[in-house]
Amino acid sequence: MSGTLNLLIGLAMGLNLLALGSGRLPSLIRAMSLQGVVLGILPLLIENELDWRIALLAIATIVGKGVIIPGLLRRAMRTANIQREIEPFIGFVPSLLLGAGAAIAAVALAKTLPLLPEHAGSLLVPGSIASILTGFILLIGRAKAISQVCGYLILENGIYLFGLLLIHSMPLLVEAGLLLDLTVGVFVIGIIVDRIQRAFDSLDTRKLTALRE
Amino acid sequence: MKSLLLIIVPLLGAALAAVWPSNRTRPWLLPVVGVIHVALVFWLFVNPPVVAPDAWLGFDPLARAVLPAVSLLFLICGAYGVSYLGLRSERPNRVFVASLLAVLGLLSAGHQARHLGLLWIATEAVTLACVPLLHFNGTPRAFEATWKYLLVGGTGIALSLLGSFCLGYASLRGGGGGDLTLTALMSQGAGLSRPWVLIAWVLLLVGYGTKMGLAPMHTWKPDAYGQSPSIVGAIMAGGVTTVAFTAILRVRAVIGAAGEGAIADRTLLAIGLFSMLVSALFLLGTRDFKRMLAYSSVEHMGILGIGAALGGAGVTAALFHVWSNTLTKGSLFLSAGNIRRAAGSPSIDDARGMSMLTPRSAALFVTGMFAVTACPPFGPFFSELQVIRAALASHHGIATAIFLGCLLLAFFGMTRVVFAVVDGRPRKAAKANGKRFVETAGVIAPPFVLLGLSLWLGLFTPAMLRDAWSAAVAQLFPTP
Repeated sequence: MSGTLNLLIGLAMGLNLLALGSGRLPSLIRAMSLQGVVLGILPLLIENELDWRIALLAIATIVGKGVIIPGLLRRAMRTANIQREIEPFIGFVPSLLLGAGAAIAAVALAKTLPLLPEHAGSLLVPGSIASILTGFILLIGRAKAISQVCGYLILENGIYLFGLLLIHSMPLLVEAGLLLDLTVGVFVIGIIVDRIQRAFDSLDTRKLTALRE
Repeated sequence: MKSLLLIIVPLLGAALAAVWPSNRTRPWLLPVVGVIHVALVFWLFVNPPVVAPDAWLGFDPLARAVLPAVSLLFLICGAYGVSYLGLRSERPNRVFVASLLAVLGLLSAGHQARHLGLLWIATEAVTLACVPLLHFNGTPRAFEATWKYLLVGGTGIALSLLGSFCLGYASLRGGGGGDLTLTALMSQGAGLSRPWVLIAWVLLLVGYGTKMGLAPMHTWKPDAYGQSPSIVGAIMAGGVTTVAFTAILRVRAVIGAAGEGAIADRTLLAIGLFSMLVSALFLLGTRDFKRMLAYSSVEHMGILGIGAALGGAGVTAALFHVWSNTLTKGSLFLSAGNIRRAAGSPSIDDARGMSMLTPRSAALFVTGMFAVTACPPFGPFFSELQVIRAALASHHGIATAIFLGCLLLAFFGMTRVVFAVVDGRPRKAAKANGKRFVETAGVIAPPFVLLGLSLWLGLFTPAMLRDAWSAAVAQLFPTP
């Protein structure tokens, strides 16, 4: 089981790099939502017996991170007519180099941390640190609101990965992390509301005075 | 049970506000719920309930020492809210009133949370409930401020969750059974895994410090306070920041029990002094009197951080300062709101001579400014004096010197802005605007009452309050 687990976490770490290297918003959103789905599968692999709470956590994660939030982001992109190109503060090649450096540093750092024996061989901690750092690079290095939200989501995915260490003993704390998704929801709705607001500013009803008797 | 009512009543009020049909009468829910909340809190304050050690929520000594101040502030701001929303009748206030009441309920939950996860959930929910309050004005600038608040605050909240995970792992690594109530973590004490405890402390300090607005994580504050209605600024500066402060105090107690209290104190002292220094320097430069209040709030959060770093005596002083800051800052925000409405601008370039246009608000604003810059005999003077005493008693001479220097700089900065607003001749545009703004009792009495409470707190600090603060300190620093 641990082999599959590590494979999936490795995939998530690869998706970090894909997110850092993507130059267009749709591919960034795709990388992020795929990572959400991969992470959603993990709790099912960690727990040997299928508990309803674990199943619910997995479903909520897959639906939230993989379907709802990407859907909201795509809708925001369409309604707000946002240009598809990402404007980076930190260029794509430097971001990728930073991301790769973060992954290496994460593996090295995780070796020095005192872990429980059952967690020592897994990629959970390195994957978590790498995703958190990737999230920060995207948050700092991208200009568009939607790409910053994607960065925040990847940061959140990293925290979720770390939370999986605790899923046995303190499930409530891990489930609370789902509330972070709610934050993202508010973020996205904020963007939409903002844009709609501006649309209404220029569509002021007081200016609609042409049709009268 | 009554402690649960503190959370349920405001949340029910919020639900009621969400379905209340009339825009005109809805704001009255604010003072009505506020009165019930204050009555409940003070009943509990006088008759403190027995809290089971493993309870997840409870009106424990720390909640008893802080929550009444927040409740009082909310009641008075709620009374102000009725007249304020009456002036702003052109905007629908359904979401605003509902969110404000929800914030009160969630603050009560956050102050009473005795479980690491619950504490985080409450703080997170408060953060989200504040969002509609910040963009009530609906201007593009207000949206920009809300965006920054969400981005910085959301990152802070995410880091504090990671910190909670790390503290949980510290307990797990040390052989804990997964009980995350803070009392259980404290009793595990030195059994917590040391590296994880240190990582957790850094992340939790940064995370909750962002909510509190400690420098350098304060960047959302000037924008958010500057662009939102002043009643929101008052409640955020006096209520939302204190819940993050009590969170830090609760976590600090666990770190102390784990034997790392000295490191925690040193970081708190450093970050507190840094906050004071940064805010003092920005106070010297700002030209916007609402942003000035935000920097002043950063400064006072720094004072709280310093107090929390100085052991039992310092924490007592910090709890005293929570009260005096909450009440005084509330009065300043409300009077600044009046001046802002009359002048039509928050900048000292446009708002001048306000002592002619709004004499009462200007008088309150000046007095509040002297109170908050620690002039006797108001509350902040005595609480800051107590912080200095605690610092000198624990041989922090250099820190005390920096502390006093920052207070002086902040005094220069604030007097500069306040007197620029109050003195001089009003601008023509402001004159026309100011004639429309009438200083009714509804907008003058609330800041006046808050200032009066601050004075009363300074001159006649009730023995019962002092007992409540010492009881909270006894909870945070248990003698083995």
